[in-house]
Formats: sequence, C-alpha cells, structure tokens
Amino acid sequence: MFLKRIIVCLDVRDGKTTKGIKFKGNVDIGDPVEMAEKYYKEGADELVFYDITASAENRGIMIDIVEKVAEKISLPFTVGGGIATTDDIRRVLLVGADKVSINSQAVKNPSIIEEGASLFGRQCIVLGMDALADRAMPSGYRVVINGGRTPTELDALEWAKQAEKLGAGEIVLNSIDTDGVKQGYEVNLTNIISSNVGIPVVASGGGGKPEHLSDVFIKGKADAALVASMVHYGYYSIKEIKEYLKKCGIPVRLDW
Amino acid sequence: MVTGVVDYKAGNLKSIENALKNLNADFIISDDPKKLKNCDKLIFPGVGEASSAMRNLSKYGLDQFLREYAKKGNPLLGICLGTQIILSWSEEGNTECLNIVDGKVQLFDKNMGLKIPQIGWNTVRYVKPHYLFKDIPNHSSFYFVHSYYPNVKKEFTIGECEYGIAFTCAISRDNICALQFHPEKSGRHGLKLINNFLKGE
Repeated sequence: MFLKRIIVCLDVRDGKTTKGIKFKGNVDIGDPVEMAEKYYKEGADELVFYDITASAENRGIMIDIVEKVAEKISLPFTVGGGIATTDDIRRVLLVGADKVSINSQAVKNPSIIEEGASLFGRQCIVLGMDALADRAMPSGYRVVINGGRTPTELDALEWAKQAEKLGAGEIVLNSIDTDGVKQGYEVNLTNIISSNVGIPVVASGGGGKPEHLSDVFIKGKADAALVASMVHYGYYSIKEIKEYLKKCGIPVRLDW
Repeated sequence: MVTGVVDYKAGNLKSIENALKNLNADFIISDDPKKLKNCDKLIFPGVGEASSAMRNLSKYGLDQFLREYAKKGNPLLGICLGTQIILSWSEEGNTECLNIVDGKVQLFDKNMGLKIPQIGWNTVRYVKPHYLFKDIPNHSSFYFVHSYYPNVKKEFTIGECEYGIAFTCAISRDNICALQFHPEKSGRHGLKLINNFLKGE
C-alpha cells in the first residue's frame, strides 16, 4: 500500500534551526543534526532542510550539516536554499542529500532544472514554489520568489507544468498566505496543482493540527505534507498526527 | 568477510556507505573489477538512467565482471537501478541490460492516473520466505523512488507491492537478490535487511 508522507521541515540559518512566521521574525529553535535524529526516531517519513543563511561565507556550514545528517539517519532528505548551479547541486548530493529543492533560482534560470535532471536524474530535482493568491492570475495564484518578497509574472499552475516538462521530479508547494500561521494548508491551491501535474506534490505552509493534514490529503490531493511549527514546538508528535490520519482512513507509515 | 560496493558513477553512494558504516561492515567501494572480484559479496546500487548506466559499466569493464561474478555463486545484491540493470532489458532508453536474471523493466502506465516517479514509502508483501526478510515483519514499509519497475517470472519474485498495479519489488534467484526500493533509506527495517544480506543465509 502506497503511503502518504509526513515531511518535517527544518529552516537552517547560520547552522541553527530557526522558525519564522510568514517568512519574517525568525527565532532559533535548535541544532539541525540533533533535530534530524530526533525526527528520524519519532517517525518522520522524510526531512527537508532549507538553508536561509543570508551571508555567503556561512554557506559552508550547511554542507557540514548535510554530511552529518546523512551519517546519522537512514531516511531520505532534501536540501534547499541558495542552490543556483549544477555545482551547487552536486556538492549537496555528494555529501549525502537525496534531493535538492530549487526555488527562486529556477524562476530566474529554468534551465537549471533541465540540466540538473539530466545530470543527476529527475528524482533528485525538486521544484520549490512559493505562491500567493491573486485573482489576476489564470489559476488564481501567482508565483513569488526571494522568500515571498518578490512577485513574478508567472502563474502558479503554468509554472508547475513547465517545471514538470523541464524535468522536475517533485514539487514542494508553499502557500505564502498560510505559511507559519497554523490555520491549515492552502487546500484549493494544492488541489489545482496536484490534479494537473503528473509528479508528486508536497503541500507546505499552514499545518497546525492533524485535521489540516487530513484536509490537504483528501481535499487537496497532496502526495505528502510538510510540517514545521506543529512538531517543533511540541504541539503534536508525528505519531499523534499519523494515528489521527490513520483513523481518517489515510494510509501512513506507522512501523518506523 | 569483505563486501564490495560497485561504483559505476550512477548516482550517489554516500547513503550506502553511511548505512554500511552504521552496520560496522567491512567494505570497499570501487570501480575496479580487479579489486571487486576478491570481495565475498557485492552490492550493486545505482540511481539514474539505464542506458547511460550500461555505458558506464562497459567503460569500466564492470558489465562483463558482474556477469562472471554472478556465476561464481557469491551473494550479489542489486538496489534500485542496479536491480533493473541485472535484468535482461529496460524500456528506459530501450536498453539491453546485463541479463543476469531473466526479466524486463517497464515504465509505470501514465494513463492510470499515477504520479510518476513513485516517490515515497510503500508496504512490501512477502511472496516467499527469504533470508533478507529475516526478523522484518511482512508488510513493512520501504522507501521507493522510481519510474520503471521490474517484471520477472513469478518464480523469481520474493516480494511485491502495489502502485496502480502489483509489481515485483524484491527478486531472488540462486545467489542473486535484487530490490527496487532503497533499504539504505528505509529506516531500521532497511538497515536490518542490509544486515541480513551481510550475514548471509
């Protein structure tokens, strides 16, 4: 039986896990390697690390973290943030990451997806997409970049389809409207994208309680859901979330 | 007891290396048939595209080596692309593979409304008892990342799973075992399975 994935998201800044609200006002919440081990033991199906380090000189810290995480956990994980070239992709994969997530840089230079997919396989190229509700766009959602600060002219659905054609193997779809506010995922956005592409779609932004995940799996047709605040602050354990989903009839991995 | 990991530049071997280290295995990673031939068992991993994988294998002389090694009777474990390459033919790039085990590799049917690649955890149903599954419960979940799947004779299938269709995800014939999923990424069940391979029957 194919299972829905719960992916724990860790934002990393200058070597520390941090959590922001609507991309602003970040606070440090722990050591990423220790947190990765903890979530591995507690039943996360996958992890995502976003490097939100501002300064170029501190970027090397992320490579050390990725290497340590890969040594400690037997679990797939993705690394995103600041990946602009195929060399950046190679560097992260070589120390043990399974996938890279490319967001703003893919908008600025879509050929990175194509080149990355042909060099490393489409399974490791994840399109990260930040979207904002906008009635002026055909799908009702506009792609935004640079951590949600810069609107683009791209329609979210068109961009998702284009990225699939270019060779992306998966899409992590983040709603700027719901990110960090724990009021539920953008179910409508997730449904529009997931129903219209042939690659897996991971819902992100807004998960605050287990009901939000069942909503985005059932109504949003998500293949996986990202969680952050709701587990980082101890509101829910992954086990509690999964047991709730199981009760709702959603297949999840409970045998970790 | 030394385990060799076949390095033919198809994807990343870091997670296999980390898994073997965590299991305290004695192993080498090499692209050199001369070094690999003395290993007691072999792991043949890989992620990527079938035709370029075959080209790389032939470049290093590993294609002929693997066929000969398989005949010696030493244990050989294929993982993911390695599994597909062990079979006769792949739809991916219409590729003639090593033909160590009779079987073909096919693309999941896009018309079935499936997301392709299959990315994620799927439960594996044991079809036959096998030492690789020792102390791992039937229907345990393992991590998959693939667009193509093995299609082999029933007699070689030891494990199956469902993704639109039921397909073979674990193969065994004599000394050869092959898995479509990634045990090195499948938590404690995956590590247990690799350990079962290292310990042998």
